[in-house]
Amino acid sequence: MKEAILAEFVGFTGHRGDVIEGYSARPLGDSPLPGMVVLHHAPGLDPWSKEVVRRFATEGYACVAPHLYHRRGPGHWADIAAAGRAAGLHESMPNDQVMGDVAGAAAYLRAQPESNGKVGVIGFCSGGRQAFLAACDVPTLDAAVDCWGGSVTPQAAVDGKPASNGVIGRAPDMSMPLLGLFGNDDANPDPAQVDETERVLTELGKDFTFFRYDGAAHAFFVTDKPVYRLEQALDGWDRVFEFLGRHLKGVQ
Amino acid sequence: MCTWITERIDAKGAARGVPEWMNVTAINVMYDHPVRAPYDHALLLDFIDPARGVGARVGIELSAATARELVRAIEAALASPEAVSDLAAQYTTDPHVETSPNRSTSVGV
Repeated sequence: MKEAILAEFVGFTGHRGDVIEGYSARPLGDSPLPGMVVLHHAPGLDPWSKEVVRRFATEGYACVAPHLYHRRGPGHWADIAAAGRAAGLHESMPNDQVMGDVAGAAAYLRAQPESNGKVGVIGFCSGGRQAFLAACDVPTLDAAVDCWGGSVTPQAAVDGKPASNGVIGRAPDMSMPLLGLFGNDDANPDPAQVDETERVLTELGKDFTFFRYDGAAHAFFVTDKPVYRLEQALDGWDRVFEFLGRHLKGVQ
Repeated sequence: MCTWITERIDAKGAARGVPEWMNVTAINVMYDHPVRAPYDHALLLDFIDPARGVGARVGIELSAATARELVRAIEAALASPEAVSDLAAQYTTDPHVETSPNRSTSVGV
């Protein structure tokens, strides 16, 4: 546990050379440090997402969370997120743009003098799907963590939502270890969809580990909402740091 | 004339607003994850003027039950003779209502 950390907003070069705002935190006085890119959930770069960034710093990672709605600003993050959500996921966070921002965040972290050269990504909710995609499309990363990313597998049209192809079709290009955490009471991804993702990754011979929690639904790490599940979240965070320690810090 | 009739309901939710008056040119309504209100999902109302930037916004997050009661309160307020009269006039003479689609549904995923 690192007690002294520095948290601040930084700018880095993202997709197509755009300068992107990111929330950054890192422990003070230690090096070399692995890097982590945190992909916020759909409500935006909110206080809980910033808590996650600071948590990674206390665990010995230099961390940055790209503000994925940044281009809809300037303004307060909540207003920017509201505009982005109203415009829709495909317009406000298109896959190629997010992947460009992730690659830029990884390059930013690796360029810091204290970097050990390793960078991982973790994402929550929509960010979980983006972390899965980054494991396939951003080969400069070293490890990826998908926390309950929805719409990874193809989705049938239901309740007015159009059908979706998902991103599982990119899985043949997955080039790094993947950790997945899922709640068995989640509706997107539901257990059958997680089964399907497991099946595809197994067939492809990919290096992945999934943990699936009874008594948990979507977003069970989120401490400021009723969906938070203490036991499952504590175990899940242990799994995250075991996985990242192994792949980014060389801990056996 | 002044109606002096207030429909008041107890509420559970959260809001953020602007310090001065702003025009409202559109309203977004969603039932999705709230930012502030302590629910996994909530009724999200954004009163906005997109031409003036993302900060021209009054955002309200309500529990489902509060939102349902709000609908009932609005309907009760709109039952006043003054509102009935205005509604009749606005649906037949307001050029905005007459000539442009005033409601649309978009799916964000």
